[in-house]
Amino acid sequence: MTMLQPANKNIIEVRDNIIEVRDVVVSLNDRLILNKLSLDVYRGEVLGFVGGSGLGKTVLMRTIIGLLPKVSGTIKVFGVDLGTCTEEQRHAIERRWGVLFQQGALFSSLTCIQNVQFPMREYLHLSQRLKDEIAIFKLEMVGLKPDVRDKYPAELSGGMIKRVALARALSLDPEIVFLDEPTSGLDPIGAGNFDELVRTLQQTLGLTVYMVTHDLDSLHAICDRIAVLSDGKVIVEGPVETMLESEHPWVKEYFRGKRSRAAGAAAAHA
Amino acid sequence: MAEPLITSTILGGDRLELAAAGTWTADCAADLEGLVDAAVAQAKQARAVAINMGNVERLDTFGAWLLERLVRDFSTEGRAINVVGLPDRYNHLVNEAHRANRKQPEQQGADIVESAAKMIRRTFWLMLRDILMFVQMFGQLVVAVGRVASRPKTFRFTSMVHHLDHIGWKAVPIILLITFLIGCIIAQQGIFHFRKFGADAYVVDMVGILVLRELGVLIVAIMIAGRSGSSITAELGSMKMREEVDALQTMGLDTVEVLILPRVLALVIALPALAFLGSMAALYGGGMVCWLYGGMSPEIFLSRLQEAISLDHFEVGISKAPVMALVIGIIASIEGMSVKGSAESLGLQTTSSVVKSIFLVIVLDGVFAIFFAAIGK
Repeated sequence: MTMLQPANKNIIEVRDNIIEVRDVVVSLNDRLILNKLSLDVYRGEVLGFVGGSGLGKTVLMRTIIGLLPKVSGTIKVFGVDLGTCTEEQRHAIERRWGVLFQQGALFSSLTCIQNVQFPMREYLHLSQRLKDEIAIFKLEMVGLKPDVRDKYPAELSGGMIKRVALARALSLDPEIVFLDEPTSGLDPIGAGNFDELVRTLQQTLGLTVYMVTHDLDSLHAICDRIAVLSDGKVIVEGPVETMLESEHPWVKEYFRGKRSRAAGAAAAHA
Repeated sequence: MAEPLITSTILGGDRLELAAAGTWTADCAADLEGLVDAAVAQAKQARAVAINMGNVERLDTFGAWLLERLVRDFSTEGRAINVVGLPDRYNHLVNEAHRANRKQPEQQGADIVESAAKMIRRTFWLMLRDILMFVQMFGQLVVAVGRVASRPKTFRFTSMVHHLDHIGWKAVPIILLITFLIGCIIAQQGIFHFRKFGADAYVVDMVGILVLRELGVLIVAIMIAGRSGSSITAELGSMKMREEVDALQTMGLDTVEVLILPRVLALVIALPALAFLGSMAALYGGGMVCWLYGGMSPEIFLSRLQEAISLDHFEVGISKAPVMALVIGIIASIEGMSVKGSAESLGLQTTSSVVKSIFLVIVLDGVFAIFFAAIGK
């Protein structure tokens, strides 16, 4: 591991890339969504993935986790090519990531604690006592009180659903967490708390976070690196400073528009 | 990946030293739990315990929690416990585990008699609530009919025709087929058994009375409860789930008038019509079997039928149909409106809608039988 001293005072490490996307092409209904897209995600960072609505941010995430087929290109996670690996390898990798879907995707027929225990039940052979204890531990880690344990998802608020879904995504102590618009549908205070929670968990558990988002506050507050999607490619990537210096019209509009300046000012104040 | 390990050394009688090693992660959690429990059991006599975590290669929330559990189990009896050598990077996590699971969930009472009594009480209240809701929905429907009658222009005529198409017209083929088969089966059984004592001519009486008074309307009502009652519940339920019902209410519209009345009216119109068609199909089936299997020509069948049945039988049968339709419609609407947010709840209410309405249809048929016997029809 080499240390580089770049022009700005931040220290950037050359790190191992945990996700490696190369020249990926994806089309949906004969429409080209991703066109030879390449992206790296490094171990231990929070990557924010932004782009206009309907341009394929979620598509890339779903392609990486294998919910959408790709036309060509390679995707490697933990150094294993997901296109050519065996079924067992794939299952082993799926155990090492957790996904938070946009609407939470909690199983509506299971209580909160059962939702969190679900992956444990499938993959680990633990005693019921340990499963209960760990699940409550996880629920507490995401900032919920233990008395939500026996509630059904229908009885929870939007913010609580996201938290339970995050606890479920973290159920097996994954190394990567994919978050699809984690703060959408939350009020600014709830969104801020959620950002903080993601940051704390990321530091406590040493997670790598891949976050699809629209939320400028999240980008400013917790992302180490940002990748911008446009025309099916990553056009700019780097920390917030790079975004602010970019001359690409969409990036300029997005990061230096009215709303963005407010978010930036707020982040600077904090 | 190294196996998790806890080795214990007893130092000077009442001091115990545990050395942990290997990976303390989710994959090894099952083994690790056994090791932790064994270590706790072994250390019964020890006064002071030291845990050396220096050789642990990896630790995740599972490992951190088990370490915390070890510490808690040891310290219950006031023993001194010391965790040493924990790598700095895991401090956060172990502290996090230290705060977790402090509040024990309340234990539920496991008394069988008490829980059975509780269940009976609950069931009783639920039944009472069902009856009240039925009466309430009936009242709301009456009010809605009254309001619509005073302002006929507000009646959702298009909606009712649409439901009439779904509930009535589209159900015709399946109703005809099933009642036809039922008529055939009754006639065949009648001929087969009546022939033994030479009474096969009376099959016509049996088929005619049974079909017109009871079976025609009952079979059709049960079919409609399953076919249309369930779909009404599911429609209303999913509208409730997606807050469409709330949206209607906030626009100042009455849900009973807009959603429920057209459906119930369509049922009340469709069910007698279908019952009539069904009865005819069953008689036709009976006649066919009498001809082909019993050797009774259609002319004789028809003339015997004319002698055997009077208009009374038909009136008794068909007058039950609108009442049954009303019951099916009310039950389906109540169940649809009680759907809560989840997909499971929708399934549950749909099932209960069908079960309840079929049950009530049969009970009602019995009540009608007593009533008509009493008035001598």
